Amino acid sequence: MTTRRLLLAVFALLLALATAPSMGAAQSFITVASTTSTEQSGLFAHLLPAFTAKTGIEVRVVAVGTGQALKIGERGDADVLLVHDKPSELKFVADGWGVDRHDVMYNDFVIIGPTRDPGQIGGGKDAVAAFRKIAQAKAPFVSRGDDSGTDKEEKRLWQDAGIDIKKLGDGWYREVGSGMGPTLNTAAGLDAYTLSDRGTWLSFNNRRDLTLLVAGDPRLFNQYGVMLVNPARHPTVKVELGKTFIRWLVSPEGQQTIAAYKIGGEQLFFPNARE
Amino acid sequence: MSDFGEAFLLALRLILGLDHELLRIVGLSFSVSLSAVAIAGAIGVPLGAALAILRFPGRRPLIVVLNALLGLPPVVVGLFVYLMLSRAGPLGVLGLLFTPGAMVAAQAILVLPIITVLVERALAVPWASHGDALRVDGASRLRAVPELLRMAEAGVLTAFLAGFGRAIAEVGAIIIVGGNIAGFTRTMTTAIALETSKGNLPLALGLGIILIGITIAVAAFAFVMAQRGPRE
Repeated sequence: MTTRRLLLAVFALLLALATAPSMGAAQSFITVASTTSTEQSGLFAHLLPAFTAKTGIEVRVVAVGTGQALKIGERGDADVLLVHDKPSELKFVADGWGVDRHDVMYNDFVIIGPTRDPGQIGGGKDAVAAFRKIAQAKAPFVSRGDDSGTDKEEKRLWQDAGIDIKKLGDGWYREVGSGMGPTLNTAAGLDAYTLSDRGTWLSFNNRRDLTLLVAGDPRLFNQYGVMLVNPARHPTVKVELGKTFIRWLVSPEGQQTIAAYKIGGEQLFFPNARE
Repeated sequence: MSDFGEAFLLALRLILGLDHELLRIVGLSFSVSLSAVAIAGAIGVPLGAALAILRFPGRRPLIVVLNALLGLPPVVVGLFVYLMLSRAGPLGVLGLLFTPGAMVAAQAILVLPIITVLVERALAVPWASHGDALRVDGASRLRAVPELLRMAEAGVLTAFLAGFGRAIAEVGAIIIVGGNIAGFTRTMTTAIALETSKGNLPLALGLGIILIGITIAVAAFAFVMAQRGPRE
């Protein structure tokens, strides 16, 4: 009966594991759907312990693109959204999916590319002009292609540059359908240009020949906003806990904690909440 | 230093330092995948045994379907479980999405066809050669199952190991239904995906080396258990 004994041993082990503390739910927690940039830049790892220490509320972050985060909110699978595409956020609120939206912080988008810079865009400030030059040179460009906030910003820039990326057929423009990090990995591998948020770029460790080429265009402003998923649509939303988190983010204490996050002496996010 | 050398050093440092976060991630990977294998085994062993010894209409089509499901794409299973468990989905009231429970459910679905098919194959051979003798002893077909399982011990063990291997190595399903939440639903494979995203390639590879090491240890442990069994 050794098989049975073995199976019994396995099942006993599993029962023990299944009841392990990691499987149980915490006392009070909220689920926040947010963007890959806030997670991968390390901001949440800096921010959330301070909030949890003060309030005892655990924050569970699901980091996806802004488009997907808004969908998660629509389905009622998160309590709070912290994302960065103001036009779609305002639409989300107007459509009745979100309430209590606040600006939280900003940083900027930057154009990244190979140091040999085949499109000759380095040092410029005009993002639209830079995109036009990249298109003229038919230099490889890697796009997120995932409906994230960065992806939407990039699509707007191509539109402003008068380039219809849907009609391109010559292979220099490549959509990878991934988060910012994988997109940067791909750009590094292909020696290609890409648009990144500054936070992810600063914390990214596999740059190879990539360098920051264009920044400072007012169009590249990147606003982050926070909002509560509308409890009238989804009664399971934790209103009080979620509001506590939102209020803390826009409070002087939360704003200072955001400002204090730096990598290599460089500040990644600039708080700009108006309480 | 080469990427691989650096990865090995990082892996060593993480193991020797008994990194707290690492232990938690390894623990979660194990508890989720073992639970999934247990659930899949509880269903798959009886189902596999039934397919091996009983003859009923629809048996052959069922076996064909189960064989096809061996190649079930994890990302599709993840999406299916996501839509089922989402608040807007049919099982939304359970509140299981973005928890380890959701990850167990997704992996159990992935593992079930593997265990069922391999148990069926493991039992079919001894049933063909010893089935008559077992039934002559006066036992009904179902009463013969424990004896059959004992005869096919190695094959059953392989079924469980293959199922566990599928579960512990998979990332596509659990990253969708678990959400890769730090300290809560982050496992070895989702952590590797995340570190790769951040461009921390040596660290990602280091975690991969640890994962493979652990998988080898599990297989070795099961092998030793199986070896010791018959001698007792």
